[in-house]
Amino acid sequence: MASSETAAATGQRARGVAPFLRSQMRNIAPFLTLIFLSAFFALASPSFATIDNLGNILTQVSVTGVIAVGLTFVILCAEIDLSIASIANVTGIAVAYFTLQDSYVNIANIPLPGALAILLSILLCAALGLVNALGLTVIGIPSFIMTLAMMQIAAGISALLVRGQIAYKVPGLISTLGSGAIGGIPWIVIVAAIMLLGGHLVLTYTRFGRYVYMVGGNREAAEYSGLNVKLILGSVMVISAVCSGIGGMLGVAHFGSAQQNEFDTYLLDSIAAVVVGGTSLFGGRGGIGNTIVGLFVLGVLNNGLDHVNIDSFLKILIRGVILLAALIINVYAQRLREKAAE
Amino acid sequence: MQEGRQPILELQGITKSFGGVEALRGVDFALLPGEIHGLVGENGAGKSTLMKIIAGVHAEFSGRFLLDGQEMRFRSARDAHAAGIAMVHQELSVAPDLTVAENVFLGNQPTNRLGLVQWRRMAREAGEQLARFGIDVDPTSRLGDLPIGLQQLIEIARVLFSGARIVILDEPTSALSPPEVERLFATLRRLREEGTAIVFISHFIEDILRVSDTVTVFRNGRKVAETASAATTKGALIEAMIGRGGEALEHSYTDDLVLPRPSDSPAVLKVDQLSLARSLKDVSFEARAGEVLGIYGFMGCGQQELSRILFGKLQPDAGTLAVEGTLKTFASTAAARRAGVALVPESRRAMLFHQEPVYKNISISILDRIASLLLKPAQERDIAKRQVEQLQIRPPVVGLDLGMLSGGNQQKVALAKWLTYPPKLLVLCEPTRGMDVGAKNDVINIVRDLRAKGLAIIVLSTEPETVLSLADRILVLKRGAVVREFKNEPVSKDRLLEAA
Ligand SMILES: Nc1ncnc2c1ncn2[C@@H]1O[C@H](COP(=O)(O)OP(=O)(O)OP(=O)(O)O)[C@@H](O)[C@H]1O
Ligand SMILES: [Mg+2]
Repeated sequence: MASSETAAATGQRARGVAPFLRSQMRNIAPFLTLIFLSAFFALASPSFATIDNLGNILTQVSVTGVIAVGLTFVILCAEIDLSIASIANVTGIAVAYFTLQDSYVNIANIPLPGALAILLSILLCAALGLVNALGLTVIGIPSFIMTLAMMQIAAGISALLVRGQIAYKVPGLISTLGSGAIGGIPWIVIVAAIMLLGGHLVLTYTRFGRYVYMVGGNREAAEYSGLNVKLILGSVMVISAVCSGIGGMLGVAHFGSAQQNEFDTYLLDSIAAVVVGGTSLFGGRGGIGNTIVGLFVLGVLNNGLDHVNIDSFLKILIRGVILLAALIINVYAQRLREKAAE
Repeated sequence: MQEGRQPILELQGITKSFGGVEALRGVDFALLPGEIHGLVGENGAGKSTLMKIIAGVHAEFSGRFLLDGQEMRFRSARDAHAAGIAMVHQELSVAPDLTVAENVFLGNQPTNRLGLVQWRRMAREAGEQLARFGIDVDPTSRLGDLPIGLQQLIEIARVLFSGARIVILDEPTSALSPPEVERLFATLRRLREEGTAIVFISHFIEDILRVSDTVTVFRNGRKVAETASAATTKGALIEAMIGRGGEALEHSYTDDLVLPRPSDSPAVLKVDQLSLARSLKDVSFEARAGEVLGIYGFMGCGQQELSRILFGKLQPDAGTLAVEGTLKTFASTAAARRAGVALVPESRRAMLFHQEPVYKNISISILDRIASLLLKPAQERDIAKRQVEQLQIRPPVVGLDLGMLSGGNQQKVALAKWLTYPPKLLVLCEPTRGMDVGAKNDVINIVRDLRAKGLAIIVLSTEPETVLSLADRILVLKRGAVVREFKNEPVSKDRLLEAA
């Protein structure tokens, strides 16, 4: 038994490099994209490849990173969450709403102690995630539609809270984590790193993480294995909302203001980070490692374009085209893998 | 073999390996026009692999491939199709979201001069074709809504009437009931008269002997025998397949078999007046600890629905279900599992994770018991290894992706998954489908072991042999109703068929 095991293991290796690479395309392609983009910008601009700028890139992708942690869970389950940016926004606004603002801010808010403000804000985003979860699992609304509605609902709550005004103050803890630094390293980068690491550990080493992959890999089989598929799907929707909420609070502290529509670009960025990194939109394949690579691709792209001399209106188009290319690779990699397995 | 006829297809020295695993080693194979060529061999012997090479699915292999005496290579299944080769795969490969008619005409829909699909003509012709084959079904219904046996039948009909010169059937009868098998054989014989070359793979040796002209036996990636069907016996074929005296392994169940006195141990499951739309009518029965209850019936008799209700996948319209004396309504499969019920459905695809390794497929059912929060992969692998050894799953590598196992070995993994769990009630749908004789025997022994451990077991099957080889008591289901119970009395294949 033991000997046949090793024989087969060497057989696996003897299978050759090409098929192995083909089956790993999903992980390799985003990495190559990252290296290519970095090399390109390093050559195109002397100010790109510096330690300072690396710090910039890290800081710039941190909020997206925090939001993308939860979204990775959702996409691994072959679902989608379009309400992440709105939930981030409303949570950021809520934490400011519960904080004493300067007298010139014209919002009829409810100042509370910092810890309570944070707690209430987290409860708010968790509750919104729970509504997503119930809509998806109990009523059976497809997540695409359910979270589209939630996107509007969260935006509505944001609007009611700030009524077109801007709030500035957030609790001290949030303010430190969002805009402070320790030993030269911004706290927000540390928080993002810890959350990404935590997400990775949960997905790889816990039973729940395994269930997420199994439900994403074959939902019917998961059900026939007696897994509580609805509970798992519901959980990932709540996880996604809470990660978004945390991202939103940090973001507000980072930007120094809380207002309507502040996070609009984060919807596309977060989805792009997850998918560009190689996590399959069909579920069951990928993970936080992929998301990290995706975040860097996005960060390098956004940051690098600012370092080179191009028409700033053209940049938007370039960004879109590069994202499209990465998405094509994602779908293509899925096919290659299926072929390799076949 | 008839002398003097030119083979339509000839393969020489075919070798094919997947990574380190050699699936075929130097196989020669020839196919004559107007011949039905039977193929037998253990699970993982390489039958499907050879057929997939012929059908252009596997393009990479070494050896010579001659069609009509011309050496050639297919690059894809499309090429093979264009050359007149059609195959029914072991794994059902229908398009469940398309209609029956669309499936029948998949790839060559009738169009008018403008290139528009002629839907009405398509539905009519599909209906006619299926009717010729004895299938009565609305051509406009969604295929995925039909029972799996009917889907298989439609798939077979599609391939048989595609006009191919070479037709390959990889275990086509596994989900069919006896009358349908008869119809299939009649059609095969007619096609043979028309000069079609047919390859027929099956683990039912009797079927092979009855319908084929020539039989080829595979073992371990090699061809070990090729004889005229008339000149061999079941025992000889089984011996060639597994390399030991095999007569005892395959029982034909034509003689009466006396069922034991029913056990008087407590009922684990009590089903009362269960009804479901058009599928089940007032079904009542008990399953007792230490007893195997067989439920036999033709395809579409309501077995599939019944098994789904027992596992909480479907909710009945009326009737009750009690486990160990407590009434239960299973809102989900998770609830059924918590109550100690486990189900192995007839379709592997529905219960296995093809992209995940074997050990994850096996451990999924017991993960909550070996891991409260953190996974314990080493322990998972150990448990899986034990199952792989016990069920002799080949290759015995628990880290291999499930999709790389042969069909029969996948089926064993599906069983292994619940064997580690031991539930109180184990519901097995077609537990030996696609398994070779040796493996079937292993399953029989495993089920007996579990019975001795005091599990209540329900075996649902459309194959009389499966039920007869496993059950202590047999219910016959017909159009959703229990029409006969065999207990403590003689029973045989004929008696079962008569009752159904
Ligand atoms: N895609 C694949 N990747 C790796 N190994 C494979 C693949 N397909 C088949 N094999 C291996 O090749 C061998 C032969 O498999 P094959 O499917 O031809 O068996 P079979 O004779 O059809 O068995 P069964 O009766 O169980 O269907 C097995 O050991 C199987 O594990
Ligand atoms: Mg096979």
